[in-house]
Order: sequence, then structure tokens, then C-alpha cells
Amino acid sequence: MAEISSNFLYAAFLLYLVATFLFGGSIKDKRGAEEKKQNKWAKLAISVTILGFAAQIGYFITRWIAAGHAPVSNLFEFTTFFGMMLVGAFILIYFLYKTPALGLFALPIALLIIAYASMFPTEISPLIPALQSDWLHIHVTTAAAGQSILAISFVAAIIYLVKFVDQTHSSKRTFWLEVIMFTLVSTIGFVIITSTFAALDYKANFDWIDKKGAADKQEYNLPALVGPHEGKLIEADRFEPLVSMPAIINAKKLNTVLWSIGAGLILYGLIRLIARKRVAALIKPIVKNVNLSLLDEISYRSVLIGFPIFTLGALVFAMIWAQVAWTRFWGWDPKEVWALITWLFYAAFLHLRMSKGWQGEKSAWLAVIGFAIMIFNLIFVNLVIAGLHSYA
Amino acid sequence: MKEVKCDCGHINPFGTKICGKCGMVLGSEKENKLIDMRYEGSARRSQTYKKTIVDKIWNFFSSVKVGVTLIVIALIASAVGTILPQEMYIPSTATPAEHYELEYGWFGKVYYELGFHNLYSSWWYLIIIGMLGISLLIASIDRFFPLYRSLKKQGITRHDGFMKRQRIYGVTKLDDHDINLDKVKAGLKRQRYHIREENGHILAEKNRFSRWGPYVNHIGLIIFLIGALLRSVPGMYIDKVVWLREGERKEIPGTNGEYYLKNNEFTLEVYDKGNKEDEQYSAAIDKTGTIAKTYQSDVTLYERKGDALPGEKVDLEEVKDYKIKVNEPLKHDHYSLYQVDYKLDELSTMAFNLINKKTEEKFGGVKIDLNNPQKRYELNKGYSVDLISYFPDFEFDDKGEPRTISKIPNNPAFIFKMHTPDKPEGEVSFVAIKETAEPLGENTYKMAFNGVETQDVTALTVRKDLTLWILFTGGIIFMVGVVQGSYWNHRRIWIKRKQDEIVMAGHTNKNWHGIKRDIKKAIESTSLSEPTDQLEEEKSSTKGEVLNG
Repeated sequence: MAEISSNFLYAAFLLYLVATFLFGGSIKDKRGAEEKKQNKWAKLAISVTILGFAAQIGYFITRWIAAGHAPVSNLFEFTTFFGMMLVGAFILIYFLYKTPALGLFALPIALLIIAYASMFPTEISPLIPALQSDWLHIHVTTAAAGQSILAISFVAAIIYLVKFVDQTHSSKRTFWLEVIMFTLVSTIGFVIITSTFAALDYKANFDWIDKKGAADKQEYNLPALVGPHEGKLIEADRFEPLVSMPAIINAKKLNTVLWSIGAGLILYGLIRLIARKRVAALIKPIVKNVNLSLLDEISYRSVLIGFPIFTLGALVFAMIWAQVAWTRFWGWDPKEVWALITWLFYAAFLHLRMSKGWQGEKSAWLAVIGFAIMIFNLIFVNLVIAGLHSYA
Repeated sequence: MKEVKCDCGHINPFGTKICGKCGMVLGSEKENKLIDMRYEGSARRSQTYKKTIVDKIWNFFSSVKVGVTLIVIALIASAVGTILPQEMYIPSTATPAEHYELEYGWFGKVYYELGFHNLYSSWWYLIIIGMLGISLLIASIDRFFPLYRSLKKQGITRHDGFMKRQRIYGVTKLDDHDINLDKVKAGLKRQRYHIREENGHILAEKNRFSRWGPYVNHIGLIIFLIGALLRSVPGMYIDKVVWLREGERKEIPGTNGEYYLKNNEFTLEVYDKGNKEDEQYSAAIDKTGTIAKTYQSDVTLYERKGDALPGEKVDLEEVKDYKIKVNEPLKHDHYSLYQVDYKLDELSTMAFNLINKKTEEKFGGVKIDLNNPQKRYELNKGYSVDLISYFPDFEFDDKGEPRTISKIPNNPAFIFKMHTPDKPEGEVSFVAIKETAEPLGENTYKMAFNGVETQDVTALTVRKDLTLWILFTGGIIFMVGVVQGSYWNHRRIWIKRKQDEIVMAGHTNKNWHGIKRDIKKAIESTSLSEPTDQLEEEKSSTKGEVLNG
């Protein structure tokens, strides 16, 4: 069953990839420019997307059966689910607005998220007592649904900014847009590097001294650019670290970050060298036909649809479950706080938009920041700030 | 202050920008191409009175700019609190003052000095949240009542200037043919618009209730904050922990002796690869090692009968048996008992035999209950042992004297006095784990170790929280309000019939594509021309500029 499940996930991944190209085709096609009438390419693309979504639901169900609980209990499962809900949210918004351009950006982002998810351990893990509750399914799925709809507002905002920002001369805008592009490219870099060394089965073990002065062992799965505190490489034929980190810093995680940035820089550099343009300038022609005010509307609408669902899942249901499992509905655990921060941020977004008239570009930048906060909560808070939620 | 009388005869409160009835622009906005439709141009206190100190405070809190600033400050402050773990998440044995510096260096020290280790209960954080609450309240009052009044009193026939300066606006010239508006009305009705007519002019409106969404959700939030505040009222909230050994019965703290709890058994179960039903987890178990499956306390709850007098034995009545697990607390009479911690294999009894050191002949054994030792143990005839001193958690202090660190039998030690027929005065012996001493000279007899028994201990949190229903009510009201305001839009379409033309205007508080779609559908089979979006037109006429901006 577990194997069938992962095959479903592969299938979904491939279908999303195909659908991305089909959406690309639909935009090239002149008729794709018109909002209301979908051309054949677009129809085919959305069909393939739905098929991929169905395959991923197949993955979800089969893994649920295999595990005996909803597969949302560790970072791999949750992140994959987030990717799936992102596609689901895209399908929903697509049928409201019929904009193929949205697919051309939403699907690659979903692909990136799913690829990123599979870099985490994928074994089926049992539920610790705190997670054995129906609220696991209710809270996590609702929160992820809300986040993914909010993420659509980011997708629309990216398209908005790519089209809106003037690429003829460099400015703060072009700089920050490139920062977003670079982050996306770095994620690709991370996936490539991690899966390459995983395929090579690279392992380097270190003896090191932790901050309490105790001796410990650590296994690296990437060549160590930075080694642990007073680290001694055990295997002779492995890459010797360039520098050793002080004990307070988690050298292994820093090493992964350095590799991702490095790979990102190389990839990004190559793109810039070949294209001789900013990445955003490179993709700008793709979106030349989209209607800016429609995108602005989609972005805003996604926040309006996503915000109540996010509140329900990430705060209301979360509090009810926390009261049952942890004796208190709120405990200032970092994940809780970051859910609150996300909520406060989107509340500010809505107030600025409704009462201060922050539309268009300003609203788009806000949508980007909102997404950054959610990703920070998903990745950084789980991996770096240890708390009650770091199950993975 | 004087009221403003509009040309249409309607009397508006001072400060009104757009006449509540006909929509004529009264204020200084006359020059703008489009009118600002926020709050219907009604007279808000904060925009009208700006003199006294009360006005100034009112205006400060009713400002959205201030509200958003407060949100952003709360957001940043909250984020700062997650940089390092809060005090409640550091090990309970650590001293915060040392812990932060030790673990995180100078940064940890600064973090601690600034009080960020307890950020969420700091006075300044509470002030920010309090100010947010006040802002929610005042901003809502400032806007709701004028808005409610003007939407209630709004006229059907609107001033030409009002129509012309709506974002959605269109004129259909009639020339000499007339257009029957019945079809349009039917089209709008089909889309669930509520139609009102006056002298042939039409106002089609739907989902006005969505305008109240923000105020409803603000009320929910205020109730929630009040609930959170009430927690500090004595009696509303109890948070205690009780440790119970297996077989032990204790008064439940926080219940004023009303309830007692007995721990019958504590069970810790882990996932087992060998077990058929846990097979699918074997890869994960290999990787992480032991993974807990269940923490469970089988308990019996007792209730005190009648009033207990000090010193008198309490009369207890059994209420129920329950298996407390994580996620399955025992609930009774506002109290909840949660499984939160445990300790396995705590020493419960220790057994000794009194023997002759030379012959190793036994003269009887004692079994000491480590939590409740006796003073004297009778053995075979003529033999007995006095327990002179007992140290449950023994260590030597600075002067080399034995003492106990706690009442928990982690490392028990005893001073025995052994009475035997040949030594009726008794011999004194000090016995600890792997250690015996004879402080008063060579003994003939000794207490020989004869095994231990252990038991598990469970820790349960006792909780009473009478604020929960208030918080829950607040939460539900918030959700209702936020859904009401987000999933519906207030849309209005005005159709004004004039001598030789039909003027159409539309307004929505959000989702302009939606209202355009509605209008398009309604006028589909009529000869009315589709109104345009004046904002779009403006944009496209300055397109080059926008692109270069």
C-alpha cells in the first residue's frame, strides 16, 4: 500500500509538470489572452491538473490506509499536503476567474513545494500520544487549506509584479523581485543537491563537542563545507570541512543552507549569463497579456477566501485541540505564535486594503510578505526553533 | 453643531460628506472625479470633532492607521518572543538568569536582561494588546452607527453628481425609443437583488448584511479579549499538578478538598515492531528508536461527603473510574485532569534481613515502605529493629553529615538500631545503597539488603477554566463576522430614468468583477449599454505612466 501511495505521488508530480507546459502553451496561443474564453490548450491544461490532483488524492488516501492515520503528521506529509491543497486552491480560483497564467505560476510553485517535501524523511511514522486525536485531521487539513488559498494570493501577486515592475532600469523593485526569483531558484538548487548526494549515498560522520562540552557524533549527508565544533572526520576519503563552527551554531543545518545558496547562486548565475537579463525580465513576456486589475482582484479575493479558513484551522481548531491535548488552549509555543503572526499580518493586509486603499502593487508586495511568513513558519519554525510542533 | 440640509430636503448630521438620502456631495470632495464611498460619506465622530482631549483620544483609537500600526507592533513583538525559548520552555531545573547566558552567550544574556524570556506576560506586551482591544472597540463604534444610519436612510433616487462619480457608470441614450426596465429588474431579481423603486428609478441591492461583518467580528474579538482578561479573576482559573504513585490516593489540589483521586495503575506503552499492528512503522522505529504509543493512568475519582472538620477523617464516596490518556482528560464538575508527565520505576519498598555477620544466620526480615516507613519493626522473638533516621534522597552535606535533598525516595538511606537478645541495648548501623557504616563501633549483626520493589508515578494537571465558554463564544462570533464580511459583498445598482437617457451606476464594497458580471447578466437581452469601470479607463489612459512607475 505504501508503494502504491508513492507511485500516485510520482504520477501527480508528473501530471502537474505536464500541465505547467500546457498552461504555457495556452498563454502563447493568442486566444489565451482573452479572459473569458478558454482556448483548447487551457482546457487540456486544467484537465491534466485535475487529473494530477486526483492522483495526489489517491496518494493521500492510500497513505492514510497504510499508516492508519491521516498523512499529515510529519514535515514530509504536511508539506506534500500543503502542495496538494495549493493545487486544489488553484483549481477553485481557476474556475472563478479562468486565468491560465495563474496555472503557469501556481503549478511550478506546487511542484517546488512537493519536491522540497520529499527531501525530508518519508517513512510512515507512528503517532505519539499527543497526536492521537481526530483533531489532527481537522486542525491540520483546515489550516493547510487556509494557507494554500492565501498562497494563491502570492502566486497572483508574483504575476502582477512580474508584469508591473519596469525592467528597463534597475530599482528597488527589480532588486526585490530578483530576491524572490533567487529564492525560488535556490529551492530548486536545494532539491538538486540533496537528491544528488542522496542518490550517491554520501555520508560523512564527525566526532564533535557540543556546547555542554560533551562528545557526540553527527552524520552529514552533504559534503561538509562547515564542520561541527571541534569536529573530527571519521571517514578518511570524505571532504574535509573548510572551517569549524562554534558549538552554539548547528553546523549541519548551516551547511545545508550554504549548499542551497551556493547551488542557487550557480543556477541563478547561469540563467543570468545565458539570458543576459534579470530572471523576472526573462519571464515578463509570458505574462504580457494578463490583466493587472484582474490579478489584483484574484490576489485580494484569495486572501478574503483564505483568511477565515486559516483562522478556523490554524487558530480556532488549534486552540480547541490544544485545550484537549496540552491542557491549555494557548501556550505561546513558537508555532502558535507564528500562526498568530500570520493572522495578524493578513488582518493588517485587509485593513490596509479596505481602509487605506492599498491596492495593486502595494497589495502585491504584501501578499509576497504574507507568503514568506507562512513558509518561515512551515520550515524555519519547525527545523530551527524547537517547540512542541517539531515532530519531524 | 449645525446640521446640514441638502438640496433634496434631507437633514444630515454635521460632518456628512455625502447626503444620506440622495447622495449629493456636500463636503469638500466636489472636485474629485470619483467619490470616496467609504462609510457612505457619513459623519463619523472622529472626522468631525477634533477639539477636546476626549476627541483626540477617540480619534487616535478610531484611526485605521493607528490600528494597523498596533497590529504591526504586536506582530513584531510576538516574533521577538520566539527567537529564544520562553522561560516556561526551558528546563525547570535551570535558573533563568544563568540558563540564557550559558546556552546562548551574550545574546541570551541581553535577551534575558530585557525581559524577553517572559515577553508575553510583560506589562508592555499586555498594553499593546489592550490598546488593540480599545482600538477595535472605538473604531467600530465610530464607523458602525453612522454607516448603519445612512444605509438605512438611503434614498432610491440619487443625485446626478453621485451617479456620475461612481466607479461603475454608464449612460444609455434613448433617442426616441423607450426601454422597458422590467427585463433588467427580472434579471437582477434572479441574481437575488432586492429591488426598490421610486418614480421609475430603481435601486437594486444585495447582501447589505455583509457590511456588518467587520463589526460582528470585532465584537467577537473584544469578547475573546475580555475572556482572556477574566482569567486573572480568582476562582475562574486553576492550574495545578498532582503527582500520584500507583495505589496512592490524594486530595486533588485546587478543589478545596472536595475531590480525591486514586492512581490504580500507570501504563506506558511503546510502538513495537514485533507487534502485527505496528508493523508499518518499523522503518521509523529503527530510525528514531523508542516511540511512545500510550501514556495512561487508570484512576478512581472520589468525592468528599459532608463537611470535613480539621483532624477528622474524611468520608469519601466513589464517583467513577476512568482511564486518563493524553487527549482524553477526565472531566468532572468544571475540573479536568490531564495526563502530563510520569516517572517509571520509582523505589517503593526496600527489604532487609537481620543477620549475624559471622554465621549469616537470619533472624527475620523487614520490608520498609519508602514513602511511609514505620518507626519500629518486630522480628523473630526477642529481635526487633528501630528506624532511627530515614533519608529518602540521601547525600552528605558539606560537613559530612547525612541529609536528604527531597522527599522522593531516589536514594534512600537508613540508620537502624538492631535489638537482639545478646545486645539488648542495640547496635547502630547506617545503611545506604551499596554502603554501610557502623558509626558506634564494630557490630555483631547487620541489616542485609534483600531486594526492592518499584512503582510508577503519574503526573496529572488539574485544570478549571471558567473563561472557556466566553472565549468560545467570542471565537464563534468572530468566525461568523469574518465569514459574513468576506464571503459576501454588498452590491448596489442604481438606475435613474431621465427624459432622454437612462443612467446606471454601481457600487460594491469589494469584488468589482462580480458586480460587473451581475450587471452584464441583467442587461444581456436589453438595449442598455454596459456601464464602464471608470477606474479602469483612467488607468488605461495613463497606461504608459503606470508601466514606467
